[in-house]
Amino acid sequence: MKSLEELRAIRESMQAQMGLRNEEGNQTRIVVGMATCGIASGARPVLTALSDIVQEKGLTNVMVTQTGCIGLCQYEPIVEVVEPGKDKVTYIKMTPEKALEVIDQHIVRGQVVSKYTISEMME
Amino acid sequence: MLPEISLNILDIANNSIRAGASLVKIEVRINKEEDILTVKISDNGCGMTREQISRVEDPFFTTRTTRDVGLGIPFLKQAAEITGGSMSIESIPDKSTIINASFGLSHIDRMPLGDICSSIYTLILANQNIDFLYIYECDGKEYQLDTRELRQILGDIPFNTPEVAGFIRNFLIENKNDIDEGYSI
Repeated sequence: MKSLEELRAIRESMQAQMGLRNEEGNQTRIVVGMATCGIASGARPVLTALSDIVQEKGLTNVMVTQTGCIGLCQYEPIVEVVEPGKDKVTYIKMTPEKALEVIDQHIVRGQVVSKYTISEMME
Repeated sequence: MLPEISLNILDIANNSIRAGASLVKIEVRINKEEDILTVKISDNGCGMTREQISRVEDPFFTTRTTRDVGLGIPFLKQAAEITGGSMSIESIPDKSTIINASFGLSHIDRMPLGDICSSIYTLILANQNIDFLYIYECDGKEYQLDTRELRQILGDIPFNTPEVAGFIRNFLIENKNDIDEGYSI
């Protein structure tokens, strides 16, 4: 059985790095719809993939979080990217693969992946 | 339809989050001898009135305004009942809600438990302002993960720090395997 002791060791090793974290106001939020419609369409693996890649790339100014149903059930899984001072970007019909592309292009390089956005895909 | 019990759990737990709960308790218990799998989700959220409870099993009832249907509870109820099990809801307004579901473990129509560790992991990581107590039991052996204990150890180090998130995930998976010895549920 794995115990919480290991976590104490992790805390010890991390304490030195604290204070580097960004203020909440500067944070980019990536929001995944996790109501029944989102979950039924495959939001769980999308959320897991996003949260894994954000940790892997050390994107400390990015917060992956979740929300309920926003009323666009037919376009789930939906991922919204909210960057401070910018318009919200809504990506629809996401998959873990597309989500990784969004991280690479949009979050890291600052280029919105238009082909997956709601405005583009609804045309 | 949500094809895994663990996806239904994720869905029902999201109702607790929407109800403003600060603590959500999720219990999954397997008893092979009694041939039963039970799921209990309790929260300290805003609860429901008697009238709301009586209507919540109706898929065309929902309090949300973004759409007209609420399928989560009907999905869970149906999934339980087709295996000879049942689902019940107890709630006290402004205090708590408790959902109980039982499934016939070996029933041919029981959906698989599925990736329960992922459900718990995503709940914890994506809702860091809420506490979760998760208990997994198989034939009398159990383990639990209580985010209040994690917080006590971690102080202000967030759960989504790579080392911490990795620990949480491995803790869930390894301890599950120790408890159920990889038994396919």
